[in-house]
Amino acid sequence: MSTTVDTQLDVASRVLDLVRDAAGSGAEAEVLVSRQELALTRFANSYIHQNVADAVTHVRLRLHLEGRTAVGSSTQLGDGLRDLVDRTVAATRLSPLDPGWPGLTPPSPPPTSGNVDEATVAATPDERALRVRAFIDAASGLNTAGYFRTNYVSAAFANSAGQSAAGAMTEAAMDGIARTATSDGVARLASVRLADIDGSVLGTRAAAKALASQNPVELPPGQYEVVLESDAVVDLLRNFAMWGFNGKAYLERRSFAQLGERQFDEAVTFVEDVTTPRALGLPFDVEGTPKRRVEFVANGVTRTVAHDRRTAAQAGTESTGNAHPAARAFGPIPLGMTMVPPGPEMPTEEVAGPAADLSVMALVSGVRRGLLVTDFWYTRVLDPRPLVITGLTRNGVWLIEDGEITTPVKNFRFTQAYPQALAPGAVLGVGTHLVAQPGDWGSESFVAPAVRLGSWNFTGGASG
Amino acid sequence: MTHFDAATAAVEAALAAGARYADARVMHRRHESMNARNGEIEELTQNEDAGIGVRALVGSSWGFFAVPDLTAAAARKAGATATAIAKASTGVPGPQVDLVAVTATVDSWASTCEIDPLTVALSDKGDLLSRATAESRKHGADVAEGIYQIWDTRKWFVSSEGHRIDQHLRECGAGISATVVGESETQRRSYPSYRGQYGTRGWELVNEIDLGAHAARIAEEARALLTAPLCPQGETTLILGGEQLALQIHESVGHAIELDRILGWEAGYAGTSWLDLAKLGSLRYGSDLMNITIDPTIPGALGSFGYDDEGTPAAPRHAVRNGTWVGVLAGRDSAGVAGLDYAGSVRADGWSRLPMVRMTNVGLQPGPHTLEEIISATEDGVYMDINRSWSIDDKRLNFQFGCEVGYEVKNGQLGRMLRNPTYTGIGPQFWQSMDMLSSEIVTWGTPNCGKGQPGQVGHTGHPAAPARFTNVRVGVRG
Repeated sequence: MSTTVDTQLDVASRVLDLVRDAAGSGAEAEVLVSRQELALTRFANSYIHQNVADAVTHVRLRLHLEGRTAVGSSTQLGDGLRDLVDRTVAATRLSPLDPGWPGLTPPSPPPTSGNVDEATVAATPDERALRVRAFIDAASGLNTAGYFRTNYVSAAFANSAGQSAAGAMTEAAMDGIARTATSDGVARLASVRLADIDGSVLGTRAAAKALASQNPVELPPGQYEVVLESDAVVDLLRNFAMWGFNGKAYLERRSFAQLGERQFDEAVTFVEDVTTPRALGLPFDVEGTPKRRVEFVANGVTRTVAHDRRTAAQAGTESTGNAHPAARAFGPIPLGMTMVPPGPEMPTEEVAGPAADLSVMALVSGVRRGLLVTDFWYTRVLDPRPLVITGLTRNGVWLIEDGEITTPVKNFRFTQAYPQALAPGAVLGVGTHLVAQPGDWGSESFVAPAVRLGSWNFTGGASG
Repeated sequence: MTHFDAATAAVEAALAAGARYADARVMHRRHESMNARNGEIEELTQNEDAGIGVRALVGSSWGFFAVPDLTAAAARKAGATATAIAKASTGVPGPQVDLVAVTATVDSWASTCEIDPLTVALSDKGDLLSRATAESRKHGADVAEGIYQIWDTRKWFVSSEGHRIDQHLRECGAGISATVVGESETQRRSYPSYRGQYGTRGWELVNEIDLGAHAARIAEEARALLTAPLCPQGETTLILGGEQLALQIHESVGHAIELDRILGWEAGYAGTSWLDLAKLGSLRYGSDLMNITIDPTIPGALGSFGYDDEGTPAAPRHAVRNGTWVGVLAGRDSAGVAGLDYAGSVRADGWSRLPMVRMTNVGLQPGPHTLEEIISATEDGVYMDINRSWSIDDKRLNFQFGCEVGYEVKNGQLGRMLRNPTYTGIGPQFWQSMDMLSSEIVTWGTPNCGKGQPGQVGHTGHPAAPARFTNVRVGVRG
């Protein structure tokens, strides 16, 4: 790992030298050199149908010159670096003035070098196939689909203000479903460590859910008390991150967030913290700002929103380390948020039947009549300010009666204001077991327990 | 070493390592985008990437490997690695894969382009966006945004069957939007559509859409929406504008007819399809007015190409004829598994991603009416256009869309503006209720179609025109 990072620091340094040569010492430049080794073994109909790997180094250069700013990137090292510098310098000189340029990140070391598991780095196609085989074999003969992946990212950052940072991360993740003719069940997990991902455990759980949700009944839409498993709660985190805690949306009043206000139930705490040993993520952002522990919501009170250097300057505060390549246009977002339970986190264990684990069953036991929801699907924003979202349930829904899971239910469509669902008094319980869910796109890594909510607004049934 | 040489070396190495079929794509892609906000340029980005992706088939198992290094040694190593990955796949084998036969072609193809978008001065492009967004801001937008995007892609494809094809695609497009912020909500109007209009064309496309001429209107309409009455709730006659119908086609027809979904290959993520292959040729998808084609040959459309990423030449085909489902989007392996004799719809998002079944241009053939005639013939209903939100289930049946703007339709005339218009339904029921279709076809470009694991972004085109649907549930809200 260190060799890779040293090489990347060398590349970053070389790009800064080239910028100095091409544009003079007055140019403000930042360079991120990142290498990703991604391997993903995908299965469907219980066989491996796609099996891919790639190893790519990206160099990203942001340049501020004579009051103007432009960004360029390339995958071509060697002579490609000079091309990158030359065209970015040319583009910068032709760009309009950028009066809001916030300056470069000053020298400030990251809190950690990131969490790397050497076994994940070294994982072979055969090891990935073995985990897929274990998932399929554990799924009681049901049709299965999903993937197992390993991901190693190393990165180095340098800017002309003297900031230099390097780090790396690994992720091993599995996401699979088991299917019957009338139902699907899912199990997912992400971890820094390859050894944490047991295909057999996940295949067993997915099959248990699928078998328990066969021949579901259709219930009328309406307001239901719900227990949302971790997979569904992560969808809340993702949408809160994208639209609610987006620093740009906040500054433009397109977010519901009001700092210092008790906007959530006191059981709600949202934190981003890559300094823990099991955190997935690099220890600095694309502007080189070191990551730190950030509380977005603490005991129901909205504390901050995500900032990069530009939105932080506009808001009169400091960057939270949430810059990403598209942050200038879309806004900075916390892609590594965790919902922290109010009490101590507890180990859990698998249980028979459809619930993901014992901590879910503890929440189910308190429900007189409601629904257990495994997963949300295809959620989209109707209006970002109240954060009204529509989407569907997926991979297993059951009726809960008097604390017992009684009947499998067909999928619903919902239309729900997410902040309202977690408003003061709306959260009736938070699970004690945190699950890291694999992200679908980019570098997101959300972690969540199950939650019990007083009401969820289902607006359509399976038949429309 | 030429790019063809690199691709050939990769294929030969894959075969030498034990593959029974292999192909390789060298790709060089340039992407430029610019964002403007409230009259100022926010960001100019110019990305460039190049590399080689190799696909190897061992028995009936695939492997894929990609690297950005285009030397002979790296290409050979990539080919051998793709085969090694395919061999690992044989540990969890599937059914026999017989690729549908395609003539091995040696050819060169380029999209048409009058004005190379990368040669247009950055200052001119910046002026266009800054002026348009300043105008929107002046007319009431709290947030006025503009964007253009340009892709310049060159591909060199070689297969072990003898393909040797190079292609040059130039794509671009642009759009503006105006957002206003109320006490507890936001409203947005966009032109020409949300995220803009895109095509496999040059900068002439951007010149034609004339962003500046619409900047004031969208801001004023967004402001007016804040105080407009809510879209009523209930079942009614729904008239959709062409832009919204394009997304309706994309989500409830285009994805549903992807053969990999129908075969269950996407079950773990994107989902399956409600369509059953046993009913291909007989299943009623929609009304007699519904004629959907798969056509990657439409000049200038965003889903057009000369050859797909398996070397299959572009060719038009019906997906739905007079309301009956008759065709799918297929690749050589999926078609082989399904017993079909055509492919041609496989593409990859760059050299580092596996080619997979993607939409090309999937859209409606024109109907006999005009929008004016449709509105005149409607006693009571709602007209909606320009997408604001979209959601559909994993079988592509149960959908809910929100539009930026709605209008009452009363006694054959457009009435009051309506805010937060939404509609929901079940795909085949909805399409069977289409009783009027306009002839005013526009081919809309969708540059952001997500699919696959790892995720890939696809570019698709959708010919669409205004149409009328009966007994549709509208006004769903939280």
